[in-house]
Amino acid sequence: MNIHIKGGRVVDPATGLDRTTDLFVADGRIAALGRPPAGFGAARTIEATGLTVCPGLVDLSVRLREPGFEYKATLDSEMAAAAAGGVTSLACPPDTDPPLDEPGLVEMLKHRAKSLNRTRVYPVGALTQGLKGERITEMAQLAEAGCVAFSQTDAPLVDTRVLHRALQYATTFGYPVWLRPQDPHLSHGGVAHDGQVATRLGLPPVPAVAETLALSAILLLVRETGARVHLCRLSAADSVDMVRQAKAMGLPITCDVSVNHVHLSEMDIGFFDANCHLVPPLRSLRDRDALRHGLADGTIDAICSDHTPVDDDAKQLPFGESAAGATGVELLLPLALKWAEEVRLPLVKALARVTSDATRVLGVEGGRIEPGGRADLCIFDPEASYRVEPAMLRSQGRNTPFLGYELKGRALYTLVDGQIVFEAGATSEVVSGEQ
Amino acid sequence: MLAANPQLSAHGELRHLLTIEGLPRETILQILDTATSFVSVTERDVKKVPLLRGKSVFNLFFEPSTRTRTTFEIAAKRLSADVINLNVGASSQSKGETLLDTVANLSAMHADMFVVRHAQSGAAHLIARHVAPNIHVINAGDGRHAHPTQALLDMFTIRHYKSEFSGLRVAIIGDVLHSRVARSQIHALTTLGVPEVRVIGPRTLLPSEVSRLGVHVFHDMRQGLKDVDVVMMLRLQTERMSGALLPSAQEFFKNYGLNADKLAVARPDAIVMHPGPMNRGVEIDSTVADGGQSVILPQVTFGIAVRMAVMSIVAGNP
Repeated sequence: MNIHIKGGRVVDPATGLDRTTDLFVADGRIAALGRPPAGFGAARTIEATGLTVCPGLVDLSVRLREPGFEYKATLDSEMAAAAAGGVTSLACPPDTDPPLDEPGLVEMLKHRAKSLNRTRVYPVGALTQGLKGERITEMAQLAEAGCVAFSQTDAPLVDTRVLHRALQYATTFGYPVWLRPQDPHLSHGGVAHDGQVATRLGLPPVPAVAETLALSAILLLVRETGARVHLCRLSAADSVDMVRQAKAMGLPITCDVSVNHVHLSEMDIGFFDANCHLVPPLRSLRDRDALRHGLADGTIDAICSDHTPVDDDAKQLPFGESAAGATGVELLLPLALKWAEEVRLPLVKALARVTSDATRVLGVEGGRIEPGGRADLCIFDPEASYRVEPAMLRSQGRNTPFLGYELKGRALYTLVDGQIVFEAGATSEVVSGEQ
Repeated sequence: MLAANPQLSAHGELRHLLTIEGLPRETILQILDTATSFVSVTERDVKKVPLLRGKSVFNLFFEPSTRTRTTFEIAAKRLSADVINLNVGASSQSKGETLLDTVANLSAMHADMFVVRHAQSGAAHLIARHVAPNIHVINAGDGRHAHPTQALLDMFTIRHYKSEFSGLRVAIIGDVLHSRVARSQIHALTTLGVPEVRVIGPRTLLPSEVSRLGVHVFHDMRQGLKDVDVVMMLRLQTERMSGALLPSAQEFFKNYGLNADKLAVARPDAIVMHPGPMNRGVEIDSTVADGGQSVILPQVTFGIAVRMAVMSIVAGNP
């Protein structure tokens, strides 16, 4: 379908483009900017005056909960949520049940996702079999099945020798390895940042050094093996400094942070709000500020939702027994915009963290607006403001610490391969909370 | 985003007692004053008042306890309530029922008040958020978080022997890290205006940033006990006596156990307290526990009057 996107503010972080112009989409690709290509006939014209047109968002961590956890969420519900959030590409971590450690499972997931014809799904394969941290997976076959990287997600990798070998093996074939730094012993049993709030509430602590200790081990192994490592979900101020230094030394690393950690701190736990039970834990205000600045200066490459739908029952438990995680793929855009506004970063720079930079981490095509490129686009109303209510979320998980927040910025159209996969108000889904 | 202080009603009345943190000073004093009036009741021949007649109090203990459960039971009975004791650890939870399901089922039996003990910090808050408005929740200890009635009976005891809080030096000694009692004591003491609250222990047993609770930190017991008016010992759980936190009970006793020698650096009229049950020879020496400065048994007696006061006030009796 040929689409004419008319009069929008086109923002493309990859090229630095930021101007009000028309965009023409044909055959799933960007056909032209400004003036229509010869003979272009629009089957659909989107009136985008007052709207922002940017590359579709790329979310580096979205748990789709399939296979294994369909009571928490389904591929259908979560991909609908992603599309409604303006997300056109997502990476899903391997902590499904069973974990993504066999090519068949990955092919099945890719096939199921493709049949839904929405957001692109990039599976991250398990680094070790069953995520048990003992035997490495058949990485080459998993890559052939569609895995873009290999990860242990939040499962502990106790044996450093296994980690060393896994990095060596992945590097043999040039596969990136995604690791969330956390020492399994120092974090054992902990549910909240080792600071004043955990002390006050008597919650078992996870010290920041659990992260920095593991991070230093990973950085040394990267130096030793030359592995391409992406560090997931940094949470501590010291980690940001360590990554900054490591990058200055030229180590081949990238890293991300979750929207939760960019906006929240341990203080938000209040009186045991289980929606703030996250992994890694929300840390101090100083840590949060360091993450915000690290994201602004590019030390942190990308911001992701770390979308983790949890069923209500699993959150209606005492804090320490509640399931960790927050839903968030639908809030990635407004929360990224909120961060940009608060740190006074120009939109074209800020959006890079959810588009071009995240695409670079994924190592795939896209994430930019240029003639001939894939027409993966997000068209949003930057001024639309609304209150976050459970009923407005399409995700099956309603667990977000941002309930009740007034946010600004809403995706109105999401295009993948030039197809409109989401259009606000065009579906039969209930959208409440709009003002 | 959750409401501000879940234990107070919109008018500032005490609906539940979940933690000392955030309680206004006046509320604490009101509880202590009410408890004073109940002390005389407990000394009478007929030890009952009809304030909770016709009400059902459920003692909901997910963790074993003898002393606290018994004193709550006695307190409720002296207020003429019907008391139902449930040792939930042994029944529902082992069948997989969730905490809130257990509470919902008991609420359907027309409970008026839950006295809850649970191994998880925040359990009482969770229950209080989900019960009907006419049901009251009293926290009888949640994980490492709070044990507000213990702290209140401690305050009652201190006031009984020392009258004014504003001139006191108080030391809390031992395993602060795992202690819900210590956390509640610290909030109570600072709220009541005690100018100097000290915590004493090895670094492995003190939580991080504990000084932000308004206490002075000491690792040397003799320095920490110097000139204090009140010595509050904490219980050390058996499983923590040897391992990565402490090498042995003996070494702990040597450094942090209260004996006559160490007590001598405190003020001569200092009182010695312990929430019980005591480990004699680990955190406290028998000569001190049974000595003239010990007020450990009066603490238990006052505990009944204080729990009567708390139950009566949350149920709406001024």
